[in-house]
Amino acid sequence: MKTFQKGGIHPPENKLTAAKQTEVLPLPVSVAIPVSQHIGAPATVIVNKGDSVKTGQVIAGSKGFVSVNIHSSVSGKVNKIDSIVDTTGYKQTAVFIDVEGDEWVDSVDRSDDIITDIKLSSEEIISRCQESGIVGLGGATFPSHVKLSVPSGKRCDLLIINGVECEPYLTADHRLMLEKGKEILVGISILMKALKIKRAQVGIENNKTDAIVHLKKLAASFEGIEICPLRVKYPQGAEKQLIKALTGREVPSGRLPIDVNVVVHNAGTAFAVYEAVQKNKPLIERVVTITGKTLANPGNYLVRIGTPVSLLIEKAGGLPDDTGKIISGGPMMGKALINTDIPVVKGMSGIILFPSSESDRMPSQPCIRCAKCVSVCPLGLEPYLLMLLAQKGLFEKAEEERITDCMECGSCSYTCPAGRPLLDYIRLGKSTVIKMARERVVK
Amino acid sequence: MSTLFNISLSPHSHSQETTKKLMFGVVIALLPALFTSIFYFGYGALIVTSVSVISCLVFEYLIQRFLLKKPVSVTDGSALVTGLLLAFNVPSNLPVHIIIIGSLVSIGIAKMTFGGLGNNPFNPALVGRVFMLISFPVQMTSWPVPAGFNTGYTDAVTGATPLAIVKEGLKNGEPLSDLITQIPTPSQMFLGNMGGSLGEIAAIALLIGFVYLLMRKIITWHIPVSIIATIGIFTTILWLANPAKNADPMFHILAGGVLLGAVFMATDYVTSPMNPKAQIIYGIGIGILTVVIRVWGAYPEGVSFAILIMNAFVPLMNRYIKPGRFGEEVKNG
Repeated sequence: MKTFQKGGIHPPENKLTAAKQTEVLPLPVSVAIPVSQHIGAPATVIVNKGDSVKTGQVIAGSKGFVSVNIHSSVSGKVNKIDSIVDTTGYKQTAVFIDVEGDEWVDSVDRSDDIITDIKLSSEEIISRCQESGIVGLGGATFPSHVKLSVPSGKRCDLLIINGVECEPYLTADHRLMLEKGKEILVGISILMKALKIKRAQVGIENNKTDAIVHLKKLAASFEGIEICPLRVKYPQGAEKQLIKALTGREVPSGRLPIDVNVVVHNAGTAFAVYEAVQKNKPLIERVVTITGKTLANPGNYLVRIGTPVSLLIEKAGGLPDDTGKIISGGPMMGKALINTDIPVVKGMSGIILFPSSESDRMPSQPCIRCAKCVSVCPLGLEPYLLMLLAQKGLFEKAEEERITDCMECGSCSYTCPAGRPLLDYIRLGKSTVIKMARERVVK
Repeated sequence: MSTLFNISLSPHSHSQETTKKLMFGVVIALLPALFTSIFYFGYGALIVTSVSVISCLVFEYLIQRFLLKKPVSVTDGSALVTGLLLAFNVPSNLPVHIIIIGSLVSIGIAKMTFGGLGNNPFNPALVGRVFMLISFPVQMTSWPVPAGFNTGYTDAVTGATPLAIVKEGLKNGEPLSDLITQIPTPSQMFLGNMGGSLGEIAAIALLIGFVYLLMRKIITWHIPVSIIATIGIFTTILWLANPAKNADPMFHILAGGVLLGAVFMATDYVTSPMNPKAQIIYGIGIGILTVVIRVWGAYPEGVSFAILIMNAFVPLMNRYIKPGRFGEEVKNG
């Protein structure tokens, strides 16, 4: 079975919610919808305090090409436009809406029928994605229409759909592939049409055999879509590692997948594209896994964007007393949340609760030069060296040692037997090197 | 404001592997060799090992506590491993005071003067061993003849090691075919029934330890396999070129400290290179130097010197030999 060759780790999978059917989370009393839920320019708020809004209505317009619209996920009255602490820990603008009923905009087709016939042209699909606020739902939240617009001079011959979900605990994509398989395959056909190509591969790790079997059966009636099982290994869901595993193509350092003629989209994104293009439904809700070993009733929920995380936790059995840490995303690359008021956003694939016994790091000890960090690095870097260089402020040398190639997968820190904060220092070095490079360009 | 939770950067989970667990893993891997040694050399092996381990631990504690006035990390297992390996590299009849001096050199000079765990350029146990070999050449080259529990301690009957018998014999012009009859058979050597350092005699026990280390992923195959393969290939060439003067590769691998050195000494984390490419070059270097010292040098055995010499090149190798970077060459499959 295929996988990528260089580095990688096998953390315990802990997929507690793999067999839990997705449930619809009840509407909250109020939502807070941040205007920046994607990489690129934040959207511009176009509603005012006191305005009545419907579910699916645009409340913030995209600003420039690398940006998308933001929609109201509920119907009700705009209470205020204020700042809120988001998953990153920084403050940003959000639209606060008090929920009244659930009245949708008329343009959305809310029926359950699956529409397989694709009427929109390639260009229409791309602009529909931007209008509907579609971003990469794997966590990086890069606007999808940008990836679909292949720059002149570049060529795309393969679409890769990322159904790997290599992070422990998370099962949102797994459930979606099982429950909305046909919709995802139509979504993939739409993405292929937008890219004007005839071939797509869906990479799924072999710990989701039910999803592989299910999609293989369905894919028989779709043209050009191949379901590819992959050997379980973290970080296979990383774009470059997934491309390497499926095609053997290696994206050069500092370049993008399109440089090896590939475009990668997440399985969840394919579903969102289906809804946007076939049903005219903007991205206002997503599947979120709420999980943790101490949680009474972990599960997968379809959640409206802007719903406070606290409601999700309540639905899953309430916050356990000894909770020490709350993670948005996976345990390897996710972000720790400061409190439970933070709203669910487009990039939030899961919420994991860790008891206080698992929420502290082990103390850092001297490096014993065991070279485990070097052997697990999927990019062939030397984490121990990059940490030392960043600690000592030798940033030019760190740049030569390719510190900017690091994608922050965390395999080095995970593996280090001395508990050294390798990735913390690599992040420091990486951001400093990127800043230095920008200053060079300005000069 | 609701409750505040712990905030830290990702990753939020850890493999639970620790320095201590790795070190105790090495100790477990050394146990089969310790048991065979006690089986062949009796309580002498036990005395030497205990003295070596205890004095290494005590010196580490005393230096950290009173000389450096730093936090004491004697429980991390690294001094325990050094103590065991130091004992494994000496004869089982070595007097107590020499072992204590060797331990002081290992821990005090080879490890602590460079800043303790993780900073020493040379393998501490080997520095201790070579120091003792040069300072006490007589005691360090009198090898008890294995006689089980009757071997005794300092009163043991001694004899030459297979390597020394062959080396001396060839120097005196005796034909190799005669010398071979004076040494244990390959199967005796494989099981450990021969004279030699305390821990190096039983190939079978060392190989069990090797398999355990690989299974626990404490070490990788690169260093041991490249050392053994290099010695095998190099001595095969010499043997084929002149079978009357050069011993066969099986003899070179089984007699002496090749397996102990390749599996346990050369793989010491701190003093070996940090990536597979460099590790293979390092292993090849140790293999070549070992054979050169054994065949053309003054000593019958050369594993310790070979490893220490290659230790010196490790910083250079780490600097210039880099792991293959992802996306370095444009590959379009």
